[in-house]
Amino acid sequence: METPLTAKIRPDGEMIDLAAYERAGGYQAARQAMQMAPADIVEVVKKSGLRGRGGAGFPTGQKWSFVPSGPDSARPKYLVANGDEMEPGTFKDRVLLEGDPHELVEGMIISARAIGAERGYVFLRGEYTDAGERIERALHEAKSEGYLGQNIFGSGADFDLRLHMSGGRYMCGEETGLLNALEGKRANPRAKPPFPQVSGLFGKPTIVQNIETLCNIPHIVEKGPEWFQKLSLTGDAGTKLYGASGKVKKPGCWELPMGTTMRELLEKHAGGMQDGVQFRGALPGGASTDFLTADHLDVPMDFTAVAKAGSRLGTGTMIVLDDKTCPVGMVWNLEHFFAQESCGWCTPCWSGLHWAEEILAAIEAGRGSTEHLARLDHICKMIAPGNTFCALAPGAAEPLQSALKYFPEDFERHIREKRCPWRDGR
Amino acid sequence: MIRIFVDGKPYDIDPKKNLLDACLGHGLDLPYFCWHPALGSVGACRQCAVKIFRDEKDTRGRIMMACMTAPAPNMIVSIADPEVRDFRAGIVEGLMMSHPHDCPVCDEGGQCHLQDMTVMTGHNYRRYDFPKRTFRNQDLGPLLNHEMNRCIQCYRCTRFYTEYAGGKDFSVSKLRNLVYFGRIEDGAFESEFSGNLDEVCPTGVFTDKTAKQHYTRKWDLTFAPSVCPHCALGCNISPGERYGTLRRVVNRYNGEINGYFLCDRGRFGYEHVNSGRRIPAPRARKDSQTAEISKTEALDRFSTLAAAGKLIGVGSPRASLESNFALRALVGPENFYAGVSDAEHKLLGEMLAILREGPAPASLREIELADAALVLGEDVTNVAPRLALTLRQSVRQLLFDNAEKIGVPLWQDHAIRELAQKDHGPLFIASPYSTKLDDVATETRRAAPDDIARLGFAVAHILDPAAPDVPGLADDVRAQAERIAQTLKASARPAIVSGVSTLNVAVVRAAADVARALAMAGKQVSFALAMEESNSLGLAMLDPKPLGQAFAAASRGEAQAIVVLENDLYRRAPAAAVDAFLGSARVVVLDSLESPTVQKAELVLPSTPFSEADGTLVSSEGRAQRFFRVYPPAGEIQDAWHWLRDVLGLLARPEGLSWSKLDDVVEGIARAVPALARIRDAAPGAGFRIAGAKIPRAPHRFSGRTSMLAQIAVSEPKPPEDPDSPLSFTMEGAPVEPPASLLPFFWTGGWNSIQSVNKFQEEIAGPLRGGDAGVKLIEPAAAPPSYRNSVPAAFTPRQGEWLLVSRHHIFGSEELSAQSPAIAQLSPQPYVALGAEDAAALGAASGASVEVKLEAAAARLPLRIEPGLPRGVAALPAGFGPLAGIPLPLWGRIELTR
Amino acid sequence: MLTPEEQREIEEEAAHYPVRRAACIDALRVVQKHRGWVSDESVRDIAEFLHTSPEDIDSVATFYNLIFRKPVGRHVIMICDSVSCWVMGYDKMRDHLKSRLGVEMGQTTSDGRFTLLPVVCLGACDRAPTMIVDGQLHANLDPAKIDQILERYE
Ligand SMILES: Cc1cc2nc3c(=O)[nH]c(=O)nc-3n(C[C@H](O)[C@H](O)[C@H](O)COP(=O)(O)O)c2cc1C
Ligand code: SF4
Ligand code: FES
Repeated sequence: METPLTAKIRPDGEMIDLAAYERAGGYQAARQAMQMAPADIVEVVKKSGLRGRGGAGFPTGQKWSFVPSGPDSARPKYLVANGDEMEPGTFKDRVLLEGDPHELVEGMIISARAIGAERGYVFLRGEYTDAGERIERALHEAKSEGYLGQNIFGSGADFDLRLHMSGGRYMCGEETGLLNALEGKRANPRAKPPFPQVSGLFGKPTIVQNIETLCNIPHIVEKGPEWFQKLSLTGDAGTKLYGASGKVKKPGCWELPMGTTMRELLEKHAGGMQDGVQFRGALPGGASTDFLTADHLDVPMDFTAVAKAGSRLGTGTMIVLDDKTCPVGMVWNLEHFFAQESCGWCTPCWSGLHWAEEILAAIEAGRGSTEHLARLDHICKMIAPGNTFCALAPGAAEPLQSALKYFPEDFERHIREKRCPWRDGR
Repeated sequence: MIRIFVDGKPYDIDPKKNLLDACLGHGLDLPYFCWHPALGSVGACRQCAVKIFRDEKDTRGRIMMACMTAPAPNMIVSIADPEVRDFRAGIVEGLMMSHPHDCPVCDEGGQCHLQDMTVMTGHNYRRYDFPKRTFRNQDLGPLLNHEMNRCIQCYRCTRFYTEYAGGKDFSVSKLRNLVYFGRIEDGAFESEFSGNLDEVCPTGVFTDKTAKQHYTRKWDLTFAPSVCPHCALGCNISPGERYGTLRRVVNRYNGEINGYFLCDRGRFGYEHVNSGRRIPAPRARKDSQTAEISKTEALDRFSTLAAAGKLIGVGSPRASLESNFALRALVGPENFYAGVSDAEHKLLGEMLAILREGPAPASLREIELADAALVLGEDVTNVAPRLALTLRQSVRQLLFDNAEKIGVPLWQDHAIRELAQKDHGPLFIASPYSTKLDDVATETRRAAPDDIARLGFAVAHILDPAAPDVPGLADDVRAQAERIAQTLKASARPAIVSGVSTLNVAVVRAAADVARALAMAGKQVSFALAMEESNSLGLAMLDPKPLGQAFAAASRGEAQAIVVLENDLYRRAPAAAVDAFLGSARVVVLDSLESPTVQKAELVLPSTPFSEADGTLVSSEGRAQRFFRVYPPAGEIQDAWHWLRDVLGLLARPEGLSWSKLDDVVEGIARAVPALARIRDAAPGAGFRIAGAKIPRAPHRFSGRTSMLAQIAVSEPKPPEDPDSPLSFTMEGAPVEPPASLLPFFWTGGWNSIQSVNKFQEEIAGPLRGGDAGVKLIEPAAAPPSYRNSVPAAFTPRQGEWLLVSRHHIFGSEELSAQSPAIAQLSPQPYVALGAEDAAALGAASGASVEVKLEAAAARLPLRIEPGLPRGVAALPAGFGPLAGIPLPLWGRIELTR
Repeated sequence: MLTPEEQREIEEEAAHYPVRRAACIDALRVVQKHRGWVSDESVRDIAEFLHTSPEDIDSVATFYNLIFRKPVGRHVIMICDSVSCWVMGYDKMRDHLKSRLGVEMGQTTSDGRFTLLPVVCLGACDRAPTMIVDGQLHANLDPAKIDQILERYE
């Protein structure tokens, strides 16, 4: 089983430095890409079938092809690595950022070449201080070798890459909110269209890409699209960093073929549920995905199949709910997060999530009513995709609406018994 | 035009508009908050949701925000769809979650967009049963109240204040449901346009603090179509009255002029009308005693005086054409003098000549569309404030062109701002001192007035070598002129703005020459000259003689009496000269407020302020506009032209007998002064009726008419008559919409707030139905004008002397608004300003007391250091301070006092 | 007044943006690094340094949760209150910290040693429950471990 993304990561947790990275074959792909025509790189990535790993799964090559090219197009163009990773339950990009920052740098060099970007930023969440230091080091090493800066690899192209540490907000992960944050503004989202590919950072053409997505690029360029397709067990290409957290025996993050089932993740890699607790459900790909239940354990974890099962692959890091944990409390915790992170721009989000949080707190504390349940349903409708300005609130709706669907009895019991049945037992 | 279908009905719409705009333009009721016709779409409130169906077979449809949707041909839209109606009700419910529901004590109540939209969406019961969020409010100075608990987070306030008006001292802080709109700390707003927040805010967060002193609901106010009396732009206003006092002023949309916004001077300057300095009754001085007299006695005395010998009449740039003309009729054109300083008189005459020869004056709407602008010697924000707001928008035109290139529609407000970043189109400003528009200027030049003129002439010469060259120009000035000329040449629709600020004829001529050169090059030029007072240009068009000649004639003892119309001459000439003038003959003054000039009068006749008067004003654009009284004046106060007509009557002069109503005076003016003939069309005459009825000044919900005066008498008093206009003083009258010039207020069914203006326009943000108010008196000339050979010599500083120039202040320099308490609070203290180098040379620090010595007068003033002021130039505030009456520029000495 | 050191660091960041004001968040972070928090005075200083208004800076500063607009203790404990940590016993860790330090969430100990704040998911969910102290991650927490960790911060 190949694990291209994580193969170079040292078991001792230290970062792999430039020399070791190059000894292991690093920066070969970048050299190779510098000899390729940008359009050809885009073509290779398109053919590979790589879909964005940040949660939405948009085909990467296709996104790149929207960047205007040609001598008259606006300059400079920007490439931004989205290392915000603030989605609760998600801890996959950190593995790559801390373990192999050069892989990201190399991926960005190639991607910048493909879209004609002269400037790049790694947008990193403020709490990732270790990753920040390591990226700085990798940038420094790469710069001193001439891999970054002017005329990189003798190609005549310039690429200036900087690290930006975030001030901290979930909205910074949303690509247009991220652009505003990079411009030193409030991370409110921007209207689309115009898409960032046309008018993005500082009004210039910009590509924003997830860390894991970018780390795939060197391997695709080096080994080819067919190889990449074959890594997967299903139609969605490549490997995927999967994770599991919650009351499992061995929580962790693993690079596995795309399409690995939830059951395999849970039972084989996470070592099954902890003693004394039973699996009740999971958010398959982070806080903003719908619950799946034991009925869905054999769903292959790829974009297509998880969507068919009524949820989203999201970030591929699942959060497990067990039978000793209160689903109402868990959803309250989630909605507290979303309400707190609402940027306050659009009404359904700032009002709906605040209201939902109040209701969930009330139900959890035994102060809820059936009218409250109707309100929660209504709020889910109000914040459905398209109704809000950005995807934060629809993401918030996912765990809520699915919990109401799969665990109605738990909500009703709280209301009936005027208390949380788990409160003292947990 | 494309065709779309809304709830099954076809509508033809402009595809460049967004769907919300298109629907509202067709009169459809679709609720919204964050969208504003002038601020564009940002998709925040999600109130304007509609359903869009893919095709006839699509039965589910998709909810989309109309304001963020570009219409497509044959688009199938539903406003009535139950699901989307439910969504819209849910939005209001969300907005109102923490709203205090304090409508009874809220100043916005009854004219509140939030109330209207809540009713429209059908939300009527608060289901949210948790604690509300509460905020601490700020003291925002004398103009606006702050009540943040009413906020619905639509972001209109910051978008207007910071993005549209360029204000810096306001922002949004925090996030989620706790978003807070305010300043970093309590304190008065810095922007001159802050008052618009009252109208921009769809609920009662920002409300008019001056109105709160004497608060009245919109439905209990009597309004009139009026024109702002505080500068020459002629912005349209709706003043509102109850119980004989003026309660507030709100914007009256005019698509060619003010659009949706007023400046703070225009909105809050009105309280001079309620001032304790109002002259309540006629009075006369007998021996050294002054006593109130009856109207009959006053007229008697006046006519006796008038019959006894030659009269000198001093007109007024803030009085109506009718009053000025009536005075001219009384004293005879040969004895009719301009009530402005000789320097201003000369300049106004020159301006009038320039505008007539061309380039003709442009409207604010035209200037807003300019893609490059040159401001030559004018402090626009302080002299013609609303024009500054317009120029702030014109610098964005070029960016609109860029946005269109990449397919971003113009209503996508934030997308365009993000694309443009800090970029803006070209704006060049030359002025002796910094101006409030400098932050959006491409380049500025600080120079003495003559040097500003030379820069302008140099630009004109570069644009067209046939224009006179400027000898001896410094290299850097020539290079800058070159850059300005090239930029203007590259533009399609340049705007050239100058005006009275520097009181320098050469500056205005230079601006005209630049405009001419551009017009010759085939550009579509917008030209504007800022003037100070509401009828500056109108007075000039009556062709008065210079005031200095009146002084001379009086000193020769030629006059039996001097009649001063609505004017304080101590603002026009040095005190000693005015003293001598007024001391040389018997003096009659007609005015509404006490003033030093009134103090000198033997006979004082109380005239009406704008809110109690009818008349015609000519704006700096050459637009004649009629304004109407909001309520009849009390007691024996009457329009100045009424007083003059009455005297003419007593003297058995024909005007006195034939002028029974305003229309008659208008007709008299039109006949006597051909250039003013079109003022007949400024508004329909007094005989105008709709379906036989007058137009009501009071809204249909006006309450308590029969009981308003119940403490005096229980019988319903007969409503006052208004023979001068087709407007009635009550709510009875034509139920349909009158022409724009007669529209007292905006209000339609279901739309009680000022946002109802949408329902009165031909298209959203377009002209009012039937055309905007006013008629243009100055048409573009047929023949191409010639250049003026009047390049001044370069300015040379003098040893030990300074050229004192006057500097206008939006709050303080204008006579009437300065007497409104809120505006007075914002007015600066008198000062003299010097550049940093000159101050250092003088050895004076900021705040030091210095002695300013002019030929006519001297005064001690604190020193203000204005880093940019050119060497050899000093500035004094215009219109206030101990040297206010002395027309500048003049050379004078400045010495450090010990 | 910004110190020369702070000015230099902000200047360095500003150089990498096409517009100076874009260094706003970096500037806030720089000031906070040196002073622990961002006072009203610092907001004004940054505004002046970046040629913008204090309102503009405050608008940004109050949006982000890692910018402290109130004074904090010598060490800032941020305990993850997001879903995985919650499942793994966040409540107990929080309560332990509160009683150990004698403060509520959001408060600073009376000796000024610690400020206790919540933070969202720290991206270490496989090692829940977690917290960071002065930016340093501590995972797999239990009350005893928390006590040991606190010892290390003076
Ligand atoms: C509220 C919100 C938060 C997000 N956070 C992240 C994030 O932390 N990291 C990320 O890569 N994408 C995040 N996304 C998705 C991004 O908007 C964007 O789709 C992604 O960065 C694109 O990269 P990809 O195509 O490589 O996945 C977030 C989206 C939303 C709506
Ligand atoms: S859904 Fe609306 S309020 Fe929520 S984060 Fe997005 S834009 Fe902001
Ligand atoms: S008016 Fe359309 S979203 Fe606010």
